[in-house]
Amino acid sequence: MKWIKFLLPGIVFGIVMAKSEAISWFRIQEMFRFQSFHMYGIIGTAVVPGAIGIALIKRTKIRDFHGHPIQFQPKEKGIVRNLAGGTIFGLGWALSGACPGPIVVNIGYGFFAMIIVFIFANAGTFLYGYFKDKLPH
Amino acid sequence: MIAAIMFFLIYFGQSFGFSSNLRTICAAAGLGKKVTFFDFNWRSKIWNLVFLAGAIIGGFIAHQFLSEPGAAVQISPSTVQDLAKLGFGAPTSLQPDELFGWDAVFSVKGFLLLAISGLLIGFGTRYAGGCTSGHAISGLSNLQWPSLVAVVGFFTGGLIMTFLIFPLIFKQ
Repeated sequence: MKWIKFLLPGIVFGIVMAKSEAISWFRIQEMFRFQSFHMYGIIGTAVVPGAIGIALIKRTKIRDFHGHPIQFQPKEKGIVRNLAGGTIFGLGWALSGACPGPIVVNIGYGFFAMIIVFIFANAGTFLYGYFKDKLPH
Repeated sequence: MIAAIMFFLIYFGQSFGFSSNLRTICAAAGLGKKVTFFDFNWRSKIWNLVFLAGAIIGGFIAHQFLSEPGAAVQISPSTVQDLAKLGFGAPTSLQPDELFGWDAVFSVKGFLLLAISGLLIGFGTRYAGGCTSGHAISGLSNLQWPSLVAVVGFFTGGLIMTFLIFPLIFKQ
């Protein structure tokens, strides 16, 4: 029961990603070629209500389910890490047309070739951890 | 819907960011003994692995129960034209066989493309400290400057791949 509250939103996430076609390589290509509003619509309808909601949470100081104040972890600063890391990520995202969420939704959908992408994404994260101290951030 | 999922996770004391799972999996595999980056209490992140399992189930449900067989993605005709120049046929499903069909997967080139893509995604997301969910959705919603920089990076990389590298690797 403890985990069901994370399993259910995961299932909803998977269905929404698949049914909105956000897991499709074709849709990602269309996005990077600026030939349709489709993906921008999906991201925009997440970010605009998201920003309004987070602003409201901060203003009203609502507490979470456990009664703790809701705190937002600030993202780590650093132009180099965000720009270089982001660019490396973008290269991979455009190539397979999937970011980490859609990779696993694709596997569930039945595109088992994505298992290769998933395994190597773990390897990539391991390489980052291994070389972390040698990289500029 | 995606915003609703994010708020749901926030309400239960967590945050919406998918790629942290990759670090958690490395940690759960025992790599923390070799690399300190993976030496943390990964059990506190099991909730996110459960979310990941849900996402796989969601993909399965969407395919088995909520989609018509053979439904193709209706992408813009100009994208179909551009992709045809790279040797990709018009969509017949969600994904192109040229990349994800078994013939492609069991060719050296096809396998390498998927593997390299995975390496870039996994390395880049942790270097930048987030992926599309953690930066583009959670980060931008929280008006984080680092996330905007990362999203600029996502698009820089995506455009380089699409317009400079694709013509080289998918040459007719």
